[in-house]
Amino acid sequence: MNARFLPYLLILPVTLFLCLFFLYPFVLVAQQAFSTGAGFTLDNFRDVSSHWKFPISLQNTLILAAAVVPVQLALALLMATMVNKMKKGRDIVLYIWTIPLGISDLAAGIIWLAIFDQSGFLNSMLNAVGATDKPFNLLSYQTPGVVFLAIARAEIWRATAIMLVILVAGIGLIPKEYYEAAEVFGASPWKRFLKVTLPLLRPSLQTALVLRVILAFEIFAVVSALGGTLFPVLMGEVYTYQFELLNGGAAAAIALIILAISIASTLVILRALRVPKGASI
Amino acid sequence: MKFQAKLASAASGVAILVSATIAQADVLFWSTQAKPVEEAQAMREQVLGGQDVDYQPNDGGPWLTRLNAELQAGSGSIGVLGALHGDFSAMNPDDLLDLGDLGLGAASATFNELAKLGTSDTQYIPWMQASYIMAANKKALEHLPAGADINALTYDQLIEWSTNVKEATGEAKFGFPAGPKGLKHRFFQGYLYPSYTDGVVRTFASDEAVTAWEKMRELWAVTNPASTNFSFLQEQLLSEDVWIAFDHTSRLAAAFNERPDDFVAFPAPAGPTGRGFMPVIAGVAIPRTAPDMDAAKAIVAHMLKPETQIATLRATNFFPVVDVELPGDLPPSVQAAGNAVAIMSASADANPGLLPAGLGDKGGDFNRVFVDSFERIVLAGQPIRAVLDDQKKTLAKIMNETGAPCWAPDAPSEGACPVE
Repeated sequence: MNARFLPYLLILPVTLFLCLFFLYPFVLVAQQAFSTGAGFTLDNFRDVSSHWKFPISLQNTLILAAAVVPVQLALALLMATMVNKMKKGRDIVLYIWTIPLGISDLAAGIIWLAIFDQSGFLNSMLNAVGATDKPFNLLSYQTPGVVFLAIARAEIWRATAIMLVILVAGIGLIPKEYYEAAEVFGASPWKRFLKVTLPLLRPSLQTALVLRVILAFEIFAVVSALGGTLFPVLMGEVYTYQFELLNGGAAAAIALIILAISIASTLVILRALRVPKGASI
Repeated sequence: MKFQAKLASAASGVAILVSATIAQADVLFWSTQAKPVEEAQAMREQVLGGQDVDYQPNDGGPWLTRLNAELQAGSGSIGVLGALHGDFSAMNPDDLLDLGDLGLGAASATFNELAKLGTSDTQYIPWMQASYIMAANKKALEHLPAGADINALTYDQLIEWSTNVKEATGEAKFGFPAGPKGLKHRFFQGYLYPSYTDGVVRTFASDEAVTAWEKMRELWAVTNPASTNFSFLQEQLLSEDVWIAFDHTSRLAAAFNERPDDFVAFPAPAGPTGRGFMPVIAGVAIPRTAPDMDAAKAIVAHMLKPETQIATLRATNFFPVVDVELPGDLPPSVQAAGNAVAIMSASADANPGLLPAGLGDKGGDFNRVFVDSFERIVLAGQPIRAVLDDQKKTLAKIMNETGAPCWAPDAPSEGACPVE
C-alpha cells in the first residue's frame, strides 16, 4: 500500500459516517427550510421571524449565553488551577466536579425544579426553619428575573464541567519550566497566571469556548423544565413548530437561524483567540 | 325443468339465503370512538353483547376512506357509523339516512338540533358526550357571592367569588390550566368566546371579544399566579393550592376519586350570550349504503337505551346523552362530573361551542392563535384591541388555507369560515 494514501484511507470511515449522519440530514433540513411545497422560497423564514415570540426568544437565547458562558469560563479556570495545584486527591475532586456531566440536561432541569418549586426543597426548608409561614411561588410570570436566574444557575451547575475538563488537560500541557523561570524572576501567583497560564492556554480556551457557546445556543430542556412557557428560547420554538404545530419547514428555518448564529460566534471566538503561527507549544 | 337448471336454481337459492343470513347476523358498526383495545373489547362484550354486531373501531383516516369507497360504489357493508360531531359535519347530508322517524334523541334540545347538521332532518342520533367542567373545594362554598347559585353562575359571579376567596385567605385560589400541557385554548374556544361573543372564528376580534378578554384579565387577577405551570388541575385541587378550578373531566378525576367528600363539580359560568361550554359529542348514524336498514336501526335504538348508555359510560368514560339515574357503584369522579355535565348541557341558556372541525393538520396553529392572544393580553399586558387585530390575520390565513366551514356557535358559512 502506498503510504501516501494511508491517511485518507484512515479518515474514510469517519468521513462516510459524517456524510451519512450529518451532511445528508443537514441538506434535507436546509431543503425543507427553503421550500413550502413548490420551489425555492423564503416564506418559512418570513413566517417564523414575523411571529411575535421570535424576537423575545432570540433575545432570551443571546442574553442567556452572554450571562452563562463568562461565569462558566471564570469558574472553570478557577477550578482548573485549583485542581492543578493539588498534590493529593486530585482525581477524586475531578470526578466529583464532573458528575453533572453525566446527568442529562432535562434531569438537571428537573432537579433544580424540585428545589425552586412552590412545594420544593427551598420552600420546605424556609418553612421548616420558620423563615416563611407559607410557601411562595418563585417561578411565576410575575418574577421573570428569578426564572432567568434559576435557569442560568442550573445551566452553570450542569455544564461548567465540560470546560473544566478541557482546561485541566490544557494546563497539564504547559511545561513547568515557564513557571520556574517566572518564579526565579519573582512573579506573584496572579502574575504567573496572567502572563504564563492564560496565554499558553489559548488553544484550550478556544476549544472550550466554541463548544460551550454553541451548546448555549441549543439550550432547551433546562429552560423547558424550569420556565415552561415563561422563558421562550429559539430551540423551544423549533420543538413547538415541529411537534406541536407539525410545521417541519418552520422548524427547519429556525434550526438554520441557530446554526447561523453558532457559526458567526465560532468565527468571532476563533479570530479573537487565534494563536499566532510559530507561537504554539 | 332440466336437472342442471334445477341444481343451479337450488344452488343460487342457497347462496342467496346464506348471504342474507350473513347480512342479518352481523351489522358492521364502523366507529372512530372507543378505539383502545380495552375499550373496544368492553364495547363488544358489555355494551353490544347479545346484539348481532361486529364492532370495529378505527382511526379517522381509514374510517373515512372505507366509508367514502362504499358511498362511491353505491353499495356497502357498513351498517352503523359511530363518530364525533365534527366527522359527521364534514360529510354530505345526503349520504346519511334521515333518522327522524326513530323518535330517538338526547335529553338536550341543543344536541338534537346540532344532530341535524344545519338541515331539517336528523342526520345522526347523539350517542355520548364528554366535556370540561368546574370543580371547587367545599371550603370555597362559604365565600360564594350572596344569591349566587353554584349551578347557574355567571362570569361576574365567578370573578366575585374568587375575589372573596382571595380576600379571605390572602391567596389567589382560582386555578387555570395555563401550563405548557394545559387545555387553556379549549377554555377560550368553547367557554369564554361563546359566552361573550356567540361565536369563535367570526367574532374573534369583535368588540364583544374585547369585553371577553377584559373579563379574562379580571379573572386572572384572582387566579393563582403559578397557573402558568398547571396542566392537570386535580393535583392543585388536592394540594389545595387551588380551591376553584376549570378543566377537562378526566383531568379532575383523581381529586374526586381520592377525596370525594371534599370537592363539588358544577357547570361552567354564563356570559351575556349564554352558558358557553364545549361538549365533545359523539353520534351514531346510518349510511345510505347500509345493507340492512332495519337491523342497523335496531342497533341505533339499542345504543340509546338507558342501560346501554350506562354500560357505554363504564366502557369509554363518555357520559350518557339521555336522562339516566347513574348507579351508585360508579367511581365518584364519574358521578360528580356526570351530574355537572348533565346540568350544563340541559340548562336553558346552554350555548355549546364545538371542537374545531375541518382544520386538518392546522389544528395546532388554530389553538396557538388563542394561546398567543392569552399570553400577549393577559400575561404580557399588551393592549387587547391591537393584539386581536394582529392575531386575526393569522386566524384568517388558517381558515382560508384549510377552507374549514364555520361550526357552532358561529353562524354557518359558505366555504371557509370568515373572520369578521
